[in-house]
Amino acid sequence: MAKARGLVAVNVEECKGCNLCVVACPVDVLHLADSFNTHGYSPAEYDGEGCTGCGVCYYACPEPGAITVYKNWAEAQEAYICQVKQVPSKLTVVDSVKGIAKCEACGKDVILSNFSNLSFAE
Amino acid sequence: MAKQFVKGNEAIVKGAILAGCRAYYGYPITPASEIAHAAALYMPMVGGTFLQAESEIAAINMVYGASGTGIRAMTASSSPGFSLKQEGLSYLAGAELPCVVVDITRGGPGLGNIAPEQADYHQVVKGGGHGNYKNIVLAPNSAQEMCDLTMLAFELSDRYRNPAVVLADGFIGQMMEPVDFPEPVTEFPEKTWAVRGVDRDRMNLVSSIELDPDDLERHNQKLQRKYEIITNNDTRYEEYQLDDAEYVVVGYGIVSRLVHTAINQLRDEGVKVGMLRPITLMPYPSKRLSELAALEQVKAFSVIELSNGQMVDDVRLAVNGTKPVEFYGRMGGNVPSIKELVHEIKRMMRVL
Amino acid sequence: MSVKILGKSKGFYETYERRPGNNQEQTHYCPGCGHGILHKMIAEALVDFDVAENMIFISPVGCSVFAYYYFNAGNIQAAHGRAPAVATGVKRALPESIVISYQGDGDLAAIGGNEILHAANRGEAITVFFVNNAIYGMTGGQMAPTTLIGQKTTTTPYGRTLQNEGYPIKMAEIIASLESPVYVERVMLADVRSKNAARKAVRKGIKNQMEKKGFSFIEVLSTCPTGWKMTAPQSEEWIKTTLAENFPLGVYKDIADQVEPLDLSLNLAPPERVPKLIGLDQDKMDFDTASMKLAADIDQEIKIAGFGGQGVLSLGVWLSEIGMREDLEVSWIPSYGPEMRGGTANCHVKLSRNKIGSPLVTHPTVLVAMNRPSLEKFEADVVEGGAIVWDSALIDVEPQRTDVRNIPVPATRIAKEIGNSRVSNVVLLGVLAGFSDFLDPLVVQRVLPLIFKKKHLLEINLKAFEVGLGLGRELTD
Repeated sequence: MAKARGLVAVNVEECKGCNLCVVACPVDVLHLADSFNTHGYSPAEYDGEGCTGCGVCYYACPEPGAITVYKNWAEAQEAYICQVKQVPSKLTVVDSVKGIAKCEACGKDVILSNFSNLSFAE
Repeated sequence: MAKQFVKGNEAIVKGAILAGCRAYYGYPITPASEIAHAAALYMPMVGGTFLQAESEIAAINMVYGASGTGIRAMTASSSPGFSLKQEGLSYLAGAELPCVVVDITRGGPGLGNIAPEQADYHQVVKGGGHGNYKNIVLAPNSAQEMCDLTMLAFELSDRYRNPAVVLADGFIGQMMEPVDFPEPVTEFPEKTWAVRGVDRDRMNLVSSIELDPDDLERHNQKLQRKYEIITNNDTRYEEYQLDDAEYVVVGYGIVSRLVHTAINQLRDEGVKVGMLRPITLMPYPSKRLSELAALEQVKAFSVIELSNGQMVDDVRLAVNGTKPVEFYGRMGGNVPSIKELVHEIKRMMRVL
Repeated sequence: MSVKILGKSKGFYETYERRPGNNQEQTHYCPGCGHGILHKMIAEALVDFDVAENMIFISPVGCSVFAYYYFNAGNIQAAHGRAPAVATGVKRALPESIVISYQGDGDLAAIGGNEILHAANRGEAITVFFVNNAIYGMTGGQMAPTTLIGQKTTTTPYGRTLQNEGYPIKMAEIIASLESPVYVERVMLADVRSKNAARKAVRKGIKNQMEKKGFSFIEVLSTCPTGWKMTAPQSEEWIKTTLAENFPLGVYKDIADQVEPLDLSLNLAPPERVPKLIGLDQDKMDFDTASMKLAADIDQEIKIAGFGGQGVLSLGVWLSEIGMREDLEVSWIPSYGPEMRGGTANCHVKLSRNKIGSPLVTHPTVLVAMNRPSLEKFEADVVEGGAIVWDSALIDVEPQRTDVRNIPVPATRIAKEIGNSRVSNVVLLGVLAGFSDFLDPLVVQRVLPLIFKKKHLLEINLKAFEVGLGLGRELTD
């Protein structure tokens, strides 16, 4: 089995539940949720483990911002810079299905699909 | 600057270039082709673009694209070609893009012939394409005005972000007269709305689509207000021998030249007749016509057109039943003789 | 080490504020629609190549009409089928911009067939994305020009037939058959591999434009789950099993590496140089009009008639040019010019101290007849006391009128004697100047060098004029 070094975060509200990512995922770690988002779609969900960071789901998905893939999550989580205190910090996943991590420095939750608002050390 | 003896169609292109036009997209059609010939000759000299498009439709859409980038762009055609451009004009008007379109009219309907008619009045002045829009329409009657009004068309078009049409006929296009060419325009309005492929105007959008009925209604209301402002500020007309006129002849373009001569003859015979020549057909000089209609001395109006009577509707609306409005028209490319006009004006004025 | 994240591209707006309604976080496309995938590839490439701010995106009519909701770039929305024409106007005005013309199958291959063909044939330096899903999505699942034989749509409820609608049109093949395009490829959005190939094609198409290589055309076989009445995964499967069988994938043309970059630079002349460049720099010929021996009340209406090639129209133009230099009001009009391609020719010239009304001459004060039909046709129109100047070398009848001046001039014979029969019109010009009171010979002699710039032509024409002038003066004696 491929190495689980990545992380996928689904922006539930941007997902239309078309299932293309679920079908495309080579390691079969995505599924459609039983619940609905505010637009009435059952969004894709991460199983919570096993993502290799291959990015296939990202290119399979027609929505510009529904899927975010951290290809090298193991490194990314160590390079996080706290948005509150602007200091080097570390992210720990608290809800892998919803894509939520906690910042070690400030203790606040970080939405991983909002990656463009997050910063990481080079 | 130099006074030159040129064809009306050539005066248009030189005027356009002096006005800063640097893009001409067109399709050949008689009797407007000399405009394309001149543009092909001169546009490259000033670093502008001349392109013979694959169709009238493509040409007007190329103008749409060029104008969207903020440059001054034009096309020219004749009646059947203008019909084809109507879709593009509606989009230009909807997107509030400036542009200048020249229509050197010919006989219709259908293929008709290439002789001068004024039967495009409805399709040019009343919109022609779909939607609640109007073109600014300027009607030259000399080679000098072919230059001057083309330049004015660019200015008004930019100022109001609205298509402007120079509506002339085959006669004025073919006619050669001395033209005093003015100095080139050096100052242009800033176009903050233009799409130029730079960061500054990355948020700019050229579009005519408004999905929401309220938004589209607001957009249309804005357009109507614009037309009102244009009417208030930029209505142009010429008066000839109207001071003591009992009869007012209304004619535009080549007809006004013929009527001018006919009036001289009628005046020699003691008939108190004058002429109102609309220079702008949109906005139409309705207010001036209403004023004339209200004068006690004015007994009647006579409208002369090379058509079945298209502009006469606007005269009737302006006069609004207060005085008789008569009409005489020729069609098919026939131009009335002066003798014929003198006779017809007398007949209409009931002074025979 | 660097953090590698695949997420929403900066080439898109963060929220879709132009999208009406409450949902400004999702695109308007149906779930599983291929447009979004292609949008992502385009946005990603532009950001990666650092040209996102230079892009001008031309959106079509069809489902992608609202592409401007999403692309963080200058957006221009075009009429149905006209995107390549609009893109032409944009690219010619802004050669440094990256112009993307994006169209669906109805837009590009049906109503806009002409525009795409000619933009491609001209080799416009743009990138065209052609989304082919074999159906009209936005208008409700009607037949597209690319709909397959047998495929049921709302306008082919029994399936497309060869007999009624013909074969689906293969645009990549057609475009590749033209000489100008530098890159034509058909890709599909159906699985990991095909999407990767599509992504590469997108990047190549944009790169070509950045390198000014010319016209790139990428046809993208794409899903329409709603129109096809399938789930998104079924749609991708149908592309693979059916659509791609009918529209073979592959590179149809790629000469991008073999062509030199186009020179697209604009050399706009500064306004002050413009008059010279369009021939408006000629010095005014300032005459002391007081010294001219012109009649005080000139009102000449001249008709010149003959056959094509005699210089009928030119004679009229020169008369007018001379009149203009004499500070007269002048007009010239051919009757009726545009359709004249050989055959008979005549023109009307008016010279006056007063503003000229009608430019038409119905009753000439002077008729210049250069062949017999012209004399016979217009003789009766000449005003009483007017003049008929006619080429007696060519016309074998005399004018019948006795109430006008009859001026026969063997112009063609004189011209031949001078050495060129084509200068007969200048001989006639000389005669007019000689006997009339509306042409000042001195002015004519100063205008002729402006007309005949070549020395030998000027010499022979001046000679013709002088001979004519002498003849004309004899008439006044």
